[in-house]
Amino acid sequence: MTDYEMVIGLEVHVELKTNSKIFCGCPTAFAAAPNTQCCPVCMGLPGSLPVLNRKAVELAVRAGLATNCEIARFSRLDRKHYFYPDLPKAYQISQFDLPLCAHGYVQIGEKRVGITRIHIEEDAGKLTHTPSGETLIDFNRCGVPLIEIVSEPDMRSAQEAREYLASLRAILVAAGVSDCRMEEGSMRCDVNLSVRFPGQELGVRTEIKILNSFANVVRAIEAEYARQAAVLRAGGNVEQETRRFDPESGQTLSMRRKENADDYRYFPDPDLPPVALSSEWIDHQRASLRELPDARRQRLTGAFGLNGREAGALAAAPALCDCFEAAWNLTGAREALKSLVVSRLAHDPEDVSPAPEALAALAEMLAAGTLGAGGAAKALAAHLETGESAQSAAERLNLAQISDRETLIPLVEAVLAENGALVTSFRAGRVNALKGLMGAVMAKTQGRANPQATEALLRERMR
Amino acid sequence: MDVFAMDISALSRALRERKISAVELTRSYIDRIDARDGETGAYLTTTFEQALAQAVRADERRADGEAVSPLNGIPMALKDNMATRGIPTTCASKMLKGYVPPYSATVAERLEAAGCVLLGKVNMDEFAMGSTTENSAFRITRNPRDPSRVPGGSSGGSAAAVAAGEAVFALGSDTGGSIRQPASFCGVVGLKPTYGAVSRYGLIAFASSLDQIGPLTKTVRDCALVMNCIAGRDARDATSSPRGGGDYLEDLEGGVKGLRVALPRELMGAGVDAGVQKSIQGAAARLERLGAHIKEVSMPALKHALAAYYVLSSAEASSNLARFDGVGYGVRAAHYDGLYELYARSRSEGFGAEVKRRIMLGAFALSEHYADAYYGKALRVRTLVAQDYARVFDEADVILSPVAPTVAGKLGARDKDPVKTYLGDVCTVPASIAGLPAISVNCGEGEGGMPVGAQLTAPAFAERTLLRAAYALEQGV
Repeated sequence: MTDYEMVIGLEVHVELKTNSKIFCGCPTAFAAAPNTQCCPVCMGLPGSLPVLNRKAVELAVRAGLATNCEIARFSRLDRKHYFYPDLPKAYQISQFDLPLCAHGYVQIGEKRVGITRIHIEEDAGKLTHTPSGETLIDFNRCGVPLIEIVSEPDMRSAQEAREYLASLRAILVAAGVSDCRMEEGSMRCDVNLSVRFPGQELGVRTEIKILNSFANVVRAIEAEYARQAAVLRAGGNVEQETRRFDPESGQTLSMRRKENADDYRYFPDPDLPPVALSSEWIDHQRASLRELPDARRQRLTGAFGLNGREAGALAAAPALCDCFEAAWNLTGAREALKSLVVSRLAHDPEDVSPAPEALAALAEMLAAGTLGAGGAAKALAAHLETGESAQSAAERLNLAQISDRETLIPLVEAVLAENGALVTSFRAGRVNALKGLMGAVMAKTQGRANPQATEALLRERMR
Repeated sequence: MDVFAMDISALSRALRERKISAVELTRSYIDRIDARDGETGAYLTTTFEQALAQAVRADERRADGEAVSPLNGIPMALKDNMATRGIPTTCASKMLKGYVPPYSATVAERLEAAGCVLLGKVNMDEFAMGSTTENSAFRITRNPRDPSRVPGGSSGGSAAAVAAGEAVFALGSDTGGSIRQPASFCGVVGLKPTYGAVSRYGLIAFASSLDQIGPLTKTVRDCALVMNCIAGRDARDATSSPRGGGDYLEDLEGGVKGLRVALPRELMGAGVDAGVQKSIQGAAARLERLGAHIKEVSMPALKHALAAYYVLSSAEASSNLARFDGVGYGVRAAHYDGLYELYARSRSEGFGAEVKRRIMLGAFALSEHYADAYYGKALRVRTLVAQDYARVFDEADVILSPVAPTVAGKLGARDKDPVKTYLGDVCTVPASIAGLPAISVNCGEGEGGMPVGAQLTAPAFAERTLLRAAYALEQGV
């Protein structure tokens, strides 16, 4: 018996990396005290008027160019009406029938996920419900510039959705469009999902609102797929509706049915002239777009000799990758440089920008054995935090690797004396016991013992 | 010296020659308001204390020898739909009773910077919807020329204040005739500038694609002087144009010799009172005597303009007025159960009947399955009307027509059928939907000795032509 196939499209909201809001000059800094970043315009006070932030248009166009979209020479902003306390004008300025970008795609492995459209819009405010039953409004987020990226229903598994999101994030970060920090809400995802037997017409879809982590996107997709499939197997019908994901129970829950759907009464915002872009300006944006993750990954696997996974991770962290490439030209210790950067990303995928000189110096100390892998990682973290040189960090934190035999011998002998059971076990052929002994030496040296030298000494003394 | 009959130029000269101080002038106007406004009913809020403080500063600036604007020390009023920091701004609606904006409209800032003295905020039809000022939630405004009659609307308070000598000039706003028609009814001058010539920032929107702020003044020259202050590009209004601004006085006395004046048949036909027709024909004859060429023209698209206007303006109003939801400011219903009842009750209680009618009409015109049949079609009519004007302006410099088909009617005599009331806007609405400048200048008297305004309309940003023609007409009345 064939099983149901899932059909997924994603709507991703991304906050644009502008200094000010989309229709006024208020700042957009994250986590400011409530109602400290707002003015008559973003609070929608009577008589105030929006003026479009050029930078928002530029970043949205760059997002479109980076995802292979066609850029509209002529587009406009529309009002989308609904009443809610987080929307002080009772309409959101968005784009309806003439979005800035359309008909693009994102490549995930061998597959292309189509981009239906990308449009700009303003974010709404934030409501906080107090235990006493009051609702408080913070207008700081009102007017924060967003793009909404609508994909085609091209994904067939939660894993594909995850890969699409990861690719999209890497592209938008590289293009300088957004920080895409899901935990800060600068990237949010709605899932549209339906099920069918392969080859059949599309089924009735549901929309799952506002997921704020990759993990929850995957869980929500799997839960909703299971729910829809169960409804159909039981002979029922899936209803078109909006749902939300409850991370506690791992289930999706109904929010509202389609028959109650709002009529948004879209119409062109008469306060804002249409956006007309010249082809010269669009070409200039295209030309100034930096190398995108796909191309960079290929280059990293080629000339730099990274494997595909390492290259993908590094390409998704463009600032660190820039420093890596700059350090590449400063040092001959390139294998050490690669392992330093790759291990940094494995433990902390955040995109950081160390000084290329510091990166090169650390690679050289690593190659020379002055620092071990752990010490180099600590020195890099210290450099990122304080800006001090690699050498100074290594000295200040006393990170130098102990490779010298005379220093190691007494330590090794003490460990052997204290761990008789492990020694017996090792001599009985249990090679794993060596790991325990290594750990004990590392504990005595705060991880600074040279692993190769230590292992050699341990083996020698237990012979 | 009768300071209530003097225009800005005359008062400005008296101030410059120290025949009167700004403080004395302001006191005179305050006394005048105290004495007369009980009957006129122009003011919703008076700001006398601040006015005197502004007058003191105006005198100081002059005493310090600073180069001052001709508006320095001139007492004036603003329609109550323009935001004024720290001063109530109500749109004559219960919905905004007690609302005090934290910022000022661009026009208010520009007038203040020029040294104007703000006497207060004046009455209007609620949210500028109406043509008699009877839709105000707060008070009746009477026509100073005959207190049993309406002053027109929606800028009825502005026109009445100027006509009654309770302000030297006032600003009004015009969406479909709301400056021109009350100017005509009260016998003052009213200019609706080209869309985009004056910043709308701080004007509480009725219909954003139509609204324009403009002056109501005693004379055409005053109109130019006020425009010199308020017009010009404003970075806070994306629809304001760099083509606005400059010196509106420059052509004022240039005369009308050779001016090509078109008279559209469609605005002089049935429905226009005999007295109004006679006054307009008189104006045409006068312009002709002064050397203008008069030509009758036909503008067939105008007959659809009124319907298109009511669809477009109501559609935009339904959107603009959505923000009055009882949440952040203004009136909130005392009793409600849940969020949607808060909205429904606050809006039911806060808005008057005419405003509700337009919101419902506009929301319907934008609703999913009707938007193309109504809103979309109205937009197409708008294009046709603009094309009609463009065609006429190929062979004419200005268009002459009545402002309104009648003179001011009696208070309380409005037709119960709102559509019949809307028909009164038939002459003013076409220039609005085409975004063109139009001026109302008195050209005679009609029924009951009430003033009749002639409307002159010009191509976009040709205010100087309008002012020149209106000045010529004014000199002969």
